[in-house]
Amino acid sequence: MKIKQLSVFLENKPGQLCVMTKLLAENEINISAISLADTSGFGIVRMIVDDPEKAQSVLSDAGIIGMITEVSAIAMNDVPGGLSSVLNALSAAQVNVEYMYAFVSVRSGKALMVVQTDAIEKAESVFQSSDLHAISPSDIYRI
Amino acid sequence: MPIRQPEIECLNAEELKDMQGKLLSSQVKRMYENVVCFRGRMDEAGLKPDDIKCIEDIGKLPFSYKSDLRDYYPFGLFAVPMKNIVRTHASSGTTGKRIVVGYTAKDLDVWSDCIARMLTGIGVTDDDIVQVSFGYGLFTGGFGLHGGAEKVGATVIPMSSGNTALQIQTMADFGATVLCCTPSYAMHLGEEAKRMGMIDSLSLRIGIFGAEPWTEEMREKIEETLHIKAYDIYGLSEIMGPGVAEECEYQCGMHIWEDHFYPEIIDPDTCERLPDGSTGELVLTTLTKEGFPLIRYRTRDICRLNRTPCRCGRTHVRLMKPQGRTDDMLIIRGVNVFPSQIEEVLMHVSGNIITPNYQIIVDRVNHTDTLDVLVEMSRELFADNVKSVENLEKSITEQIRSALGLSPRVHLVNPNSIIRSEGKAKRVIDKREGKI
Repeated sequence: MKIKQLSVFLENKPGQLCVMTKLLAENEINISAISLADTSGFGIVRMIVDDPEKAQSVLSDAGIIGMITEVSAIAMNDVPGGLSSVLNALSAAQVNVEYMYAFVSVRSGKALMVVQTDAIEKAESVFQSSDLHAISPSDIYRI
Repeated sequence: MPIRQPEIECLNAEELKDMQGKLLSSQVKRMYENVVCFRGRMDEAGLKPDDIKCIEDIGKLPFSYKSDLRDYYPFGLFAVPMKNIVRTHASSGTTGKRIVVGYTAKDLDVWSDCIARMLTGIGVTDDDIVQVSFGYGLFTGGFGLHGGAEKVGATVIPMSSGNTALQIQTMADFGATVLCCTPSYAMHLGEEAKRMGMIDSLSLRIGIFGAEPWTEEMREKIEETLHIKAYDIYGLSEIMGPGVAEECEYQCGMHIWEDHFYPEIIDPDTCERLPDGSTGELVLTTLTKEGFPLIRYRTRDICRLNRTPCRCGRTHVRLMKPQGRTDDMLIIRGVNVFPSQIEEVLMHVSGNIITPNYQIIVDRVNHTDTLDVLVEMSRELFADNVKSVENLEKSITEQIRSALGLSPRVHLVNPNSIIRSEGKAKRVIDKREGKI
């Protein structure tokens, strides 16, 4: 299932993440998943939040740049080989993974994965035709 | 110390003025005939070459500007056919376009003469080994000093700039006695030689430093570290290159070779000529230049002329160290940098739609100038992909490097993080001491 992800540009220096999370907290925005990619000079924070548009505008008002991108989200069994079978399917379809981050939903007992590929539509059809469980946006925005 | 051409260098004021008047009048005639831009300005002012009879008449003549070199790029201001031009040099203009200058064989000879006068005056002879560590190439520094050093018969090491360890090794192995480079590089070479334990293997006794501003404190430090006497040299590509003015053994201002260059000081706002001793903008006229002559060229350097007699006996006026600029030009590692050049790159990077907010920070770390460019991230420039953001950073770095000939460190920063005063971001922060 395609879901909305919020990507945020932050300078790589102390306090940057803290300012961002504080703003989200003050505006009662919940983060269900987060990952941070860093370089020496800057970082890109990627998040799944319950209200991406509101989060983007709150950050933008504070001078923090965020953009909303579409990514795939899938659920797999939290057992050995769960991730491997997902990647097998993508690999067979010649889809390249750009980045991903995974977490476990305590409620459903499933491992959830957010994945960005170089061909999102193709990845989606791979997920649909395999026995992988796509997660609906409403599920993942509120985990 | 000996004087190389006493009949000229010590010429009395009246005779010098007489000589300058004659040179100016023939220069104006030649330029009127051969340089379209100059003729147009003369006509506009209702002037004929015959109106210029003595050096005092120079005040009637129109000014020339750096922008002329851009407007007539590359060869439009040359006063002789290209077959008589034997060399070109170039330096940065205020925008992406470089400025180009040309020399006839005689111009190169005059250039070497000017440098040779200085070298002789500070005691450099054919017994010396001169390491020229100014850049060779389109920059005038390397070739300028090279010609003069050969003229006095010294042995030249055309080292060019860069590769500090090799510089020091060469200086030691070849027994260099004279070093020519930018003052900040001299400081760096000194520190490195010390660190490598090679200071005592050096035979240096004289240093000639220029192409960027430096302070008396720097001079003391360099002299102490390298065990040399350090001399200042002034010049600009538009007029000739290094050697327009140089210090003598008394280090009390740089003699402008007035048989070739006529200096005036003007108020940059009213353009009025100021009396000797006043501080204002230096305006230079080339009296003998054939290939690329300039009349009343606005150097944008703020300085003062000193006509009091010099202990060395030379009568040519002394230029006191420039105190600043009337424009926003920065000199970084000897390279002329205009903030507008960086702005142009940023404008281009963002697809000519908006120029991202930016700030240029110049500092001096371990005696080497550093250039940092902060660029505010914007929605237009951001992408959810580390690689594209890194590529953006790399592409800005590479394009600035190619525009300036100088590597910057580019930092992408948060929007609105560059401090603005009265709504306008401060574009340039120069943290160096003794900057101009």
